[in-house]
Amino acid sequence: MSEVLVLWAIALAASSGALGMLFRRTSTSGQWVSMLLAVLGACLGLGGVGVFWTTGDSQPIVRAWPAIRGAEFSVAVDGLSAVFLLPIFLVSMLGSVYGLGYWKQAEHAMSGRKLRLFFGTLTAGMAMVVIARNSILFLFGWEIMALAAFFLVTTEEHDKAVREAGWLYLVATHVATLCLFGLFAVLRAANGSFALAPLDPDRLAPGMATAIFVLALVGFGLKAGIMPLHVWLPSAHAAAPSHVSAIMSGVFIKMGIYGLVRVTSLLPNPPLEWGGVVLGLGVVSGVLGVAFAIGQHDVKRLLAYHSIENIGIIVMGLGLALIGRSLGRADLVVLGIAGGLLHVWNHALFKALLFLSAGSVIHAVHTREIDHLGGLAKPMPWTALCFLIGAVAICGLPPLNGFVSEFLIYLGLFRTLGNREGTSFAEAALAAPALALIGALAVACFVKVYGAVFLGTARSDHARHAHESPPTMIAPMGVLAACCFVIGLGPLLVAPILGQAVSAWDPGLKDAGPCLIALAPLGWITVMGLLLTAGLFVVGVLLGLRLRYSIVEKGDTWGCGYIAPTPRMQYTSSSFAQMVVGLFAWALRPRSRRPKALPLFPQKKTDFHSQVPDTVLDEVVLPVFRFGGRLFSWFRVFQRGSIQTYLLYIFIALIILLLWC
Amino acid sequence: MDAILHNTVHVLLALTLPPLLLGVITKTKALFAGRVGPPVLQPYYDLIKLFRKGSVFSTTTTWVFRAGPVVGLVTAVIAVLLVPLTNSTAPISFTGDLILLAYLLGLGRFFTASAALDTGSAFEGMGAAREVTFACLAEPALFLGLLVLAKLSGSLQLAGMLGGSLASHWPSAGASLALVLLSWFIVLLAENCRIPFDDPNTHLELTMIHEVMVLDHSGPAFGMILYGAALKLFIFGALIVRLAFPLVTGLPWLDWPIFVGGILVVAVAIGVVESTMARLRLTHVPVLLVAACLLSAFGVILLVR
Repeated sequence: MSEVLVLWAIALAASSGALGMLFRRTSTSGQWVSMLLAVLGACLGLGGVGVFWTTGDSQPIVRAWPAIRGAEFSVAVDGLSAVFLLPIFLVSMLGSVYGLGYWKQAEHAMSGRKLRLFFGTLTAGMAMVVIARNSILFLFGWEIMALAAFFLVTTEEHDKAVREAGWLYLVATHVATLCLFGLFAVLRAANGSFALAPLDPDRLAPGMATAIFVLALVGFGLKAGIMPLHVWLPSAHAAAPSHVSAIMSGVFIKMGIYGLVRVTSLLPNPPLEWGGVVLGLGVVSGVLGVAFAIGQHDVKRLLAYHSIENIGIIVMGLGLALIGRSLGRADLVVLGIAGGLLHVWNHALFKALLFLSAGSVIHAVHTREIDHLGGLAKPMPWTALCFLIGAVAICGLPPLNGFVSEFLIYLGLFRTLGNREGTSFAEAALAAPALALIGALAVACFVKVYGAVFLGTARSDHARHAHESPPTMIAPMGVLAACCFVIGLGPLLVAPILGQAVSAWDPGLKDAGPCLIALAPLGWITVMGLLLTAGLFVVGVLLGLRLRYSIVEKGDTWGCGYIAPTPRMQYTSSSFAQMVVGLFAWALRPRSRRPKALPLFPQKKTDFHSQVPDTVLDEVVLPVFRFGGRLFSWFRVFQRGSIQTYLLYIFIALIILLLWC
Repeated sequence: MDAILHNTVHVLLALTLPPLLLGVITKTKALFAGRVGPPVLQPYYDLIKLFRKGSVFSTTTTWVFRAGPVVGLVTAVIAVLLVPLTNSTAPISFTGDLILLAYLLGLGRFFTASAALDTGSAFEGMGAAREVTFACLAEPALFLGLLVLAKLSGSLQLAGMLGGSLASHWPSAGASLALVLLSWFIVLLAENCRIPFDDPNTHLELTMIHEVMVLDHSGPAFGMILYGAALKLFIFGALIVRLAFPLVTGLPWLDWPIFVGGILVVAVAIGVVESTMARLRLTHVPVLLVAACLLSAFGVILLVR
């Protein structure tokens, strides 16, 4: 039942934009039709997931696929798929509604229909990836999703920066796909078929498991944006329209996580080093991701780097679970996978919320530069509130959802010290202080963004004339914000779902749900969250009453006696970040252009400019590609620039392959 | 019945004692300087005075500015209920409460710093930037210390980690514990903006950290901030006391005076440090905090090996 519903949802999502193509370019009806289809599809999909969670039964659908040898149309929903299906459908539904106001067909006659077509295709592709049980079908879904994302990133293709971001993404995604080809070839050799089924340890040739693990780590890691494979991510997220950024950051990069989780679930007896490597990569991504984020001036690039950070936290959970499986410690597996997967949800919720709020700001002021904004909390109170909720959640602060998943991962990390349960891998526990560092840096970063964008006074005319966004944009943000509260205050609700996912990852663990509840005091999180909320309410009311019955005056901000402050005298986000950027200068390599020495009484205007470029991209990837470009320049002989010639090349390659086999 | 009495004493002490610590610190500093100094109870008089005053709000501010003191106070009050003061458990105690403790203080920091930015003043922006930056380095030091305690006690609850069993670990793992103690004392000074990190009595806005963030707060809201800051000092002081004197007397009526004595000793120690040291240059502050992290990290390595 759930599989059928999800397949219908995929069909509806895939066709949602296509129907809109039939309408005239200037008419808004196409937009509404697409939106309704997308919402209907997403509701069916969510219904399918709900049916799976309530009944727990799954009837895999298997159909022959004679066109391709070894391929089968085989889909099934299990605990892992269901966890990933929920954010796919939820964020895509809210994104389509948000698009009504954000990307009006009337204002974007050229790109609107294309955007909606590929938005639906992206949703369909992702859902297909998650339910596919056959490598070929998985790759079909994967490529549909990857290419749809390319067209979405390049929505504003007239802009050179957007085209460059698109190309970078395209290169990265194809390298990932290449790795996946290798991965599935090895899997097929190990398994004897293209089915995604657990591997038999006896049939595994030496080195095969390692090859599968490394290929999966690189291929899926590129998609997920694990540092240092993240190079495509910041520019692509910044270039795309905001609701596309929301789905890309919230859900699309999680497909890499899904792949890693799925493939590691198939591998028997992982050695301890894998867990260590994965945990280490998680720590690097987490710490450096947030450190790069602090240095950014573009609000969407900043949020994109935070995705790298959160992917790092999720990967830390996965590494913890792998360590647990190597050591035979069920507690680490349960806490690691449950924490990591809950963070997948949480990140989908609060990152989508933050991107949609940022989109609302961009919609109002037409700039992404943080230092040009300021004081938006007054003209845009709802957007400001939503952004604040997202910011508190992403910092992992109680009583919101980010706290719950980080709490689970912390508990697991502390338990690796294990002096009672016997086996231990105490080095892993050092990731706990790293997670604390990530949390504190995230607070620094979001205080900076929230303060510079929404608080204080407007720094430019754009910001001065901002207006609140329409309800179609605010409502989806409200839904996401409410979800952040629900998970943050009622984590017991999601424990059974996470338990099913853990059991799907490690079939040896049958009752992971009760085990999770026994390991983590989820009930206490609810109690403390409610206590905190109630305390804030009571003290807030008391302060309000006290202010009401005492003398309250209005005045200017204290300026040390200076009585004519201007908005430009506010602390900018760059100044705010400067100390942290300085601490991480060894990795961030910030560049700044300082004003020339001036006479004592400067006459001419001068400026100061600083930026934090992507170190890996600028200092590793681009030089390597430039070198490769020179090395293979003789290859340009074959570059004819006509499709016919390229078709001929493909034909010749196929002939050679036929002769070879 | 005992538990109710215990929790009542905990709550009463935790809510009434903190301002006294500030008074003791000021008195110690005065004695060192050869002055009489304000009375020990002066912080209480200040709080009462502030709660009776009117307030001034800047025209640039929004509700976030008013939320800052509220969140700062509420998080500190809940956090103080999590910290064990004697050998028995705190009123609220569960697996992983240590994480909640750190994150509650983080929530307070988020809103205090946001409230500072709400004024649009460059001074307050500077203070907020310093506060959140230094916290980035203090937080790992705190967690590294917690790792040592978790490893020693095998517990993930503050009550177990800082409970009576700690006394039995001092002879065997004294080196680790001493390193953590030193590291946490540095964290205490940094998180509570004491010399050598920050001088709460300086008159120059440019060099302040915490005080400059709250320049624009006044009246009851400012009182809440001062009280919240005192609670935070009490929390870190209590951690230090439990770590340094994990005595097991078995007699509740003796445990409480020992704790009160211990935390007053901590306050005097802070006063001594403040009297005998100069404030560090701001650029040197991160170096000291990194040193605190390393001290705790050495403590962990000594144990794990």
